[in-house]
Amino acid sequence: MIANHLPTIVSDQRSGRANEPRPDVLRLEHLSVYYDTPRGPVHAVEDVTFSLHAQERFGLVGESGSGKSSMALTIMRLIKPPARVVAGTIWLETTNLLTLSETQMKHLRLAEIALVAQGSMNSLNPVMRIRNQMALGLTDHGIKLTKSEMDEKVTSLLAQVGLPPQVASMYPHELSGGMKQRVVIAIAISLSPKVIIADEPTSALDVVVQRQIMETFKNVQAEIGASVILVGHDMGLMAQFVQRLGVMYAGRLLEISPVREIFSQPRHPYTQMLISSLPSTETKGHFTGIPGLPPSLLNVPSGCVFHPRCPLAADRCRAEVPQLREVQPGTWVSCHFAS
Amino acid sequence: MTPLLEARHVTKRFGGGLFDRTSTVALDDFSMAIAGDAPSITAIVGESGSGKTTLARLLLGLTAPSQGSVLYKGKDLRKLSSDESRGFLNDVQVIFQDPFEVYNPFYRVDHVLTTPIDYMHLAKSRAEKWTLIEQALETVGLRPEETLGRYPHQLSGGQRQRVMVARALILKPRIILADEPVSMIDASLRATVLGSLQKIKDEFGISIIYITHDLTTAYQIGDNIIVLYRGGVAEAGSVDLVVRTPNHPYTRLLVGSIPVANPDQPWTPEAAAALPNQKRGRTSCKFADRCPSAMAKCLEQTPPLYQTDPHRAAACFLYEDAPVLNNEAMDNVLRVNGAVVAG
Amino acid sequence: MATTVEGGARRARYADQGNWRDGLDSVLQYCRRNPSLVIGLVIFLLLFLSSTIGAFFVDLENARPISVKPLQPPSWEMPFGSDKQGRDLLAVMVAGTPLTLRIGLIAGIMGVSFGGLIAFVSAYYGGWLDALLRGIVDVGLTIPGLMVLIVVAMMVPGGLSVEQMALVVASLAWLYPARTIRAQVLTIRERSYIQVARLSGMPGRMIILKEILPNLLPYLAASLVGSISAAVLASIGLEVLGLGPMDAPTIGMTLFWINYNAAVINGWWWWWLPPIVVIGLLFISLFLMSVGLDEIANPRIRRSI
Repeated sequence: MIANHLPTIVSDQRSGRANEPRPDVLRLEHLSVYYDTPRGPVHAVEDVTFSLHAQERFGLVGESGSGKSSMALTIMRLIKPPARVVAGTIWLETTNLLTLSETQMKHLRLAEIALVAQGSMNSLNPVMRIRNQMALGLTDHGIKLTKSEMDEKVTSLLAQVGLPPQVASMYPHELSGGMKQRVVIAIAISLSPKVIIADEPTSALDVVVQRQIMETFKNVQAEIGASVILVGHDMGLMAQFVQRLGVMYAGRLLEISPVREIFSQPRHPYTQMLISSLPSTETKGHFTGIPGLPPSLLNVPSGCVFHPRCPLAADRCRAEVPQLREVQPGTWVSCHFAS
Repeated sequence: MTPLLEARHVTKRFGGGLFDRTSTVALDDFSMAIAGDAPSITAIVGESGSGKTTLARLLLGLTAPSQGSVLYKGKDLRKLSSDESRGFLNDVQVIFQDPFEVYNPFYRVDHVLTTPIDYMHLAKSRAEKWTLIEQALETVGLRPEETLGRYPHQLSGGQRQRVMVARALILKPRIILADEPVSMIDASLRATVLGSLQKIKDEFGISIIYITHDLTTAYQIGDNIIVLYRGGVAEAGSVDLVVRTPNHPYTRLLVGSIPVANPDQPWTPEAAAALPNQKRGRTSCKFADRCPSAMAKCLEQTPPLYQTDPHRAAACFLYEDAPVLNNEAMDNVLRVNGAVVAG
Repeated sequence: MATTVEGGARRARYADQGNWRDGLDSVLQYCRRNPSLVIGLVIFLLLFLSSTIGAFFVDLENARPISVKPLQPPSWEMPFGSDKQGRDLLAVMVAGTPLTLRIGLIAGIMGVSFGGLIAFVSAYYGGWLDALLRGIVDVGLTIPGLMVLIVVAMMVPGGLSVEQMALVVASLAWLYPARTIRAQVLTIRERSYIQVARLSGMPGRMIILKEILPNLLPYLAASLVGSISAAVLASIGLEVLGLGPMDAPTIGMTLFWINYNAAVINGWWWWWLPPIVVIGLLFISLFLMSVGLDEIANPRIRRSI
């Protein structure tokens, strides 16, 4: 197995910056996505608003069915019927992505926004060498390079993700899971996009490889100056990687906060219960989950979507949908009880 | 007394013959015994390629070892009579990783609960059958009226997995082998499944072999832990000692790679290997090429298990001053509530 | 708690939780979403029942030769006209279509049943049995079927009856389903729920019957449709060659007489048009059914949400 030692960690731009206004590279406003089924529309994403700052690492955390993957695909305009966008806008700087034609969107994908999808290491073409797959992305976007220029580009991209040049002439099955995932990241950064969306990029990987991949990801993101949206359900991974975190539940965004704040002072009851249900190597034998089950998205509860399971639920929560309000600079919560 | 389930010097090779260098050794001279008397939860932790899946298949009799044997009540699994096989099926049950694939999509979830009762004749009447089922569901914290009659896709991953635990309970086994039971379930739902596993050990005295790559859940639920690396045991012992104060450099790497849900506790960077790219001899420590503390000796010899604590052993030459645990004299050495381990 | 009367009522409730009522409801709802299957089935049924329905409109005895004035073009009394041997062609179509379909159905069902049985046993048990059966099937598939059928048909003295024709076609119709169904069973055999069933003490034959078979029903139905098509084609082929039941007004025999009497060249369009239309309708209906069944067999579409 080829050894894959990594460059040391690049500077970490976390604390202290969250309160400074930064230009927004991606902005979602009141986005709603429904899936049409014979039994009615499934509210996969409901009225979601948030902004992604330049060069920021943003996390979108939620359980299965919270709508996070649907949202990632919608931003890329990759959702297909029966899914449809019912409301809202997605601004990539000054362009509303939802108004673009498919041809225009195709130009943007990979060049401006890239996606590292779940299980994407299994989407590498098994009969193509790595070099050719990486070149595909470039040539599809009209970049014409001679063979030696392309080889150079491929080698430099592989080096950025910590892979040796020999990988270029290998086939996917000759690589380990971690190496394949790095290739996918290399493809995603090949055109230096402004936004990279990573949907559970390490879900199939072991914990040691996961750490390596995420550190590589952090490095390349800083190098090319892209913003990242990390979608997942692993709070621990979020704590280690992102600068700001958004919590999704049943299609809605319940809380957005800088990462340190959200772990030290979670505002929304769901976030609080989520954090306390995480097993750790500190306390043994405490098995507290969140009582109840996520609601059916066909029959969304009235008012606050979390009220059936919330210990603080009051009449107001059943009647009125709480709005996402900025309770402190940089901290947004959607709860009637957030001060 | 004869252990209930035992692996004795089990080696499993894939591909190639005995002298073919291109074969892979999935499991190398592994021995472990589960006694029947005191229930315990033994966590077997390893990454992919560690051999833990192979071990699970060997213990269940789904595959045969290349060398060594797996014994049930002292008899080799391959030589069981049909009565003894039935006894084995009764005593050793499994919970699989994928909480969806284990359900036949044609049937409601009741089917996985009624099938074992029907075919293993565990109830004498319909009333008794449903009582058994209801009790099992309630033990794992599920409400029968909300669970029965539903199709698998109508339940959450956590619920489906708990139904599987209930199924295992109905068979009243002595050992349950749980193969990554929570890795495909959301983090917030894992606690409930783990809680029900803990409960059945406490209330019913069932021993659990918990196979996973997730050290955190292994710590949560296990009494003992065995850390596998490339088919061999790196470290084993009481879960508190191994996870909180790891001895073996590989265990330290694993523990350091756990993403802690606290931004102020960052990952510890992987220390560089001391002897990278050095040729390993025919026998060597399997971790030598990545180990930050590797010495020349590690490339030449395979370290045995050294007992560094009354309840812990590590296979690393860093501890060669400690007494060696060899296979013959291993009987009561690492007995923590029931599991006995050796090299 | 669970042994009270209330518990008993609860239990009774889950045991028959809307078994057949549930099923019927979802079937009807499904029909709305899968028009091809429904339309295909309706056309097929109409063709199959054409003699039962048609008996009200036309005298089926006129399907025999020398019943009416020969070579009459269509008119009010004989909407399809008559052929050279004096058969009322409407009567012929109405009486003969179900006969052809019957051959197809018998041969198709026998083919899929026997082929399926071989496939299940071969795939589930594996080993030497699988190797043996697979060998037989593979060799059988390479032999040109039509040739075998012709040889068999020629060996039967006095021509074949409709039932005999069905048997002859069925004798080879099981080979292809045996191979394709085996492949499907192999994929299911490795699923986790089969291992769970094994670990629950279920014996092999019950696993085949209760765990594997229900999941393959849509595939078996699609296989059946394919089998019926092939059987119908094979029987028509034999009949056109003159090896079929000479006195039956099946579609193939009609084609035989059309050919024998050079009806096309002679311009007797009312003779050759109806059988072609009927064959067209028949295969369209079979195609629609297979498209509809394909959707069911595709696991991504089945039982969604």
